Amino acid sequence: MKERRISGIVQRRGPRHVLMRGLLFAILLLFCAYYLVPLVVMISTSLKSLAEIREGSLLSLPQTLDFSAWTKAWSAACVGVRCDGLAPYVWNSVLMTVPAVAISTFLGALNGYALTKWRFPGADWIFALVLFGAFIPFQVVLLPMARTLGFLGLAGTVPGLILVHSVYGLAFTTLFFRNFFIGVSNGIVQAAMVDGAGFFGIFFRVVLPMSIPAIVVTVIWQFTQIWNDFLFGVAFTIGDSNPVTVALNNVVNTSTGVKQYNVDMAAAIIAGLPTLAVYVIAGAYFVRGLSAGAIKG
Amino acid sequence: MQSGSRLSARLERRLPQLVVSPLFAVSLFFVYGFILWTAYISFTKSGVMPNYTFDGLAQYQRLWNTPRWYVAIRNLFVFTALFISISLAIGILLAVLLDQRVRIEGVIRTIYLYPMALSFIVTGTVWKWILNPGLGIERLVRQAGFENFTFDWLVNPDYAIYTVVMAAVWQSSGYAMALFLAGLRSVDDEVLKAAAIDGAGPWRTYTGIVLPMLRPVFLSTVIILAHLAIKSFDLVIALTGGGPGYATDMPATFMYAFAFQRSELGVAAASATMMLMTVVAIIVPYLYSELRKTAG
Repeated sequence: MKERRISGIVQRRGPRHVLMRGLLFAILLLFCAYYLVPLVVMISTSLKSLAEIREGSLLSLPQTLDFSAWTKAWSAACVGVRCDGLAPYVWNSVLMTVPAVAISTFLGALNGYALTKWRFPGADWIFALVLFGAFIPFQVVLLPMARTLGFLGLAGTVPGLILVHSVYGLAFTTLFFRNFFIGVSNGIVQAAMVDGAGFFGIFFRVVLPMSIPAIVVTVIWQFTQIWNDFLFGVAFTIGDSNPVTVALNNVVNTSTGVKQYNVDMAAAIIAGLPTLAVYVIAGAYFVRGLSAGAIKG
Repeated sequence: MQSGSRLSARLERRLPQLVVSPLFAVSLFFVYGFILWTAYISFTKSGVMPNYTFDGLAQYQRLWNTPRWYVAIRNLFVFTALFISISLAIGILLAVLLDQRVRIEGVIRTIYLYPMALSFIVTGTVWKWILNPGLGIERLVRQAGFENFTFDWLVNPDYAIYTVVMAAVWQSSGYAMALFLAGLRSVDDEVLKAAAIDGAGPWRTYTGIVLPMLRPVFLSTVIILAHLAIKSFDLVIALTGGGPGYATDMPATFMYAFAFQRSELGVAAASATMMLMTVVAIIVPYLYSELRKTAG
């Protein structure tokens, strides 16, 4: 995001100015606390023993660091009847997310390129038709999708989820690449055509290398969406093939035995860590995905 | 060989259409075909299994005679209204404050926006713990000396929906901030200079000049948040499970419960169709105007 070049609105000198600046920072920092406190509570609760949770308070920091909740969440917490922790489900999420992100990003790039650089009659109509798919409430496809997956023999499997996420991710990736390629000059494509390069030659040798920023944004966006998905996971998988979001919900809502809040919090951090790490490392790209998603939502 | 090379030339010319056609086919089948199937099922006798006998509006009558559906609709209105207005207020406030040449703006922005990277299930889990009537905020305030303080909204059927609003605002208000900040940055510095020369104070400059210029940003932010609200499913499941009872049910959780837990496919399909109609009414005019804008 670009910075303001002139000194904003509040620019006069004097004690009133200092007071206003102070107030400004106080409000900004208050909201920092508002957004950060849940994260701090989550981390500190995960490092407390159950006894300390029962005696201490929500905001108190752990007296001794107790990592047993983390080990338990990772390898021994009960998800339904199976007590192997979240580890197998994290693996399911990885197996689901990586191919689905790769497929939807690649096909989105190819389609965005074909729709903008090789305009043919009806291209805009096709795009409008596809775009609508990015906005439908997925409840409207749950029942027929469940039947289709059953028909394909993919019901309750990770490959089934890869199919679902690739299909419904395509509308957004096509949208994003189309918007990116519209800003790319046609001259480059035409020059390559004069040199005798064909449709795929131009795509792989000219267009893809210059779309790296768009690819990064799309990959991050799709990764976040698919990793965080719950609806498709809970509707189309059972037990062993659950993605980590579904497993986390099962851990937290297991009604048997003593509630282990520290394990719940450790499990929540484990499930949230991959997308959070991507955000911290590549925040700028994430924000660009968000503003591109302004048209998607 | 002449005809062969002509064939490949024609193929080359048709290649873009060929490449796009699978996308077209996927969209036709998985989006439009599935919508038609669901809509058709909503007009049939389907119960536990799909039944293709046409039954008119019977499923819609059953849907609108279900008290739980009214709870879901009422919750959707309460949730959407509060979620949008509070997120907008926080988003505008923070965007305007951050636009005052704050030196550590990058860091603060990162903090405001990180909840958007989390899954709603993670958000729901944390807030469920914070709002826990025995050990959460309630005890914190009691420990501070207010012995009779009670805060049991999470398990109180009349107030539980407001806890969903709290968690959703925490997660998404940073998004509203980012959209407004991008909008503010697109306002020309000359406008601000002119306002300063005319002697307009900060309050007048923003309420009178800058914010009215951001009307398109308002519109798209409201639409994005409304769209999020109608689809909200994960957060309700993680935070309240739709409970106590079905006090925090929303159309999305209602549809899921009737489709996958109660196996009343006809009613589930009817509720999904109602959801689709609501989204179409909001999103199609918006998309139409956005597409006309980009088409120039």
